[in-house]
Amino acid sequence: MVKDILRTYRGFFVLLGLCFVTFFFSPLLGRKVFTVALQNILFMLSVVPPVFILVGLFDVWIPREMVVKRLGEASGMVGIGIALALGAFAAGPLYAAFPVAEVLLRKGVSLRNIWVFLGAWSTMKIPMLLFEIQNLGPVFAASRYFMSFLGVLAIAFLLNCFLSLEEKNRIYPPFEAP
Amino acid sequence: MGDVTTFVLYGLALSWLAFSFARDRKKAEQALRKAWKSFANILPAFLVVLLVLALVVVLLPEATIAAFLGEKSGFLGYLLASVVGAVTLVPGFVAFPMAKVLLDHGAGVAQMAVFISTLMMVGVVTLPLEIRYFGVKAAVWRNLLAYCYAFLIGYGVWIFVKVVR
Repeated sequence: MVKDILRTYRGFFVLLGLCFVTFFFSPLLGRKVFTVALQNILFMLSVVPPVFILVGLFDVWIPREMVVKRLGEASGMVGIGIALALGAFAAGPLYAAFPVAEVLLRKGVSLRNIWVFLGAWSTMKIPMLLFEIQNLGPVFAASRYFMSFLGVLAIAFLLNCFLSLEEKNRIYPPFEAP
Repeated sequence: MGDVTTFVLYGLALSWLAFSFARDRKKAEQALRKAWKSFANILPAFLVVLLVLALVVVLLPEATIAAFLGEKSGFLGYLLASVVGAVTLVPGFVAFPMAKVLLDHGAGVAQMAVFISTLMMVGVVTLPLEIRYFGVKAAVWRNLLAYCYAFLIGYGVWIFVKVVR
């Protein structure tokens, strides 16, 4: 049991050690590292729970056929549009998008739409756009948003070309018995 | 701004959960179990990412980043800016005010667009996490493509801003 925890959290303990080493050499910087780390962890714990609850509910309640029809391989422009909207109206850092992408994949969303979703989540979030307009002005924000939009589509398309069929199949998570 | 969306997400999750419990208790419990399982699975990797972030942010303070992006930093500064943006992962509500300050102090529009874009789209720190979900090749290519494209974004924004002014 203890051994399992030690092994699972190996990386965490190593980095924690590194934080202590920093503290040893410079208590001032060390204290700052711990403060920022604690802030980061608290922020993650405050943002991430609803995301995972939604992932779980989505997994249980939404039938696979429904998702495949709208976001699957044959979903075309509509699928891309939905994937963009899903990412753009999300909240939270990019690392919170990965578990969502995983459940979407399991429900039969095409890989191209997953890349679109990840791209939109990373750089096209609407709340972020509003904040960007406030800070950097509408011209800067709108042109960056437009360029990002083109980029998200281009990256999704290119990624799809670069990966072989075998590599794509490996990405799909194994089916879970309900 | 970020708080509002988090609030909405909580509302959405809790009302769906309540609805789920009312309709089918078993299914609701199953959903919660699945939620916990996927969270517990990824928690170790999350913690690693957050600690690396803390170390990077503290040991690479804002003043250093500002120096890289200064008016006279030239092409090397431009490149360094993109690297800094790619490695660190600052949330938007920190990055935008920071970019504004830097712009007010004479940093270039293109540099700022590249900086913000790499900040948001490229994450070297989160790469191990991404690899766990999508495999090495897909994760590395996605980040590489996003990194290269960030320069195009910089160029595009620079042109747009120039035309409008």
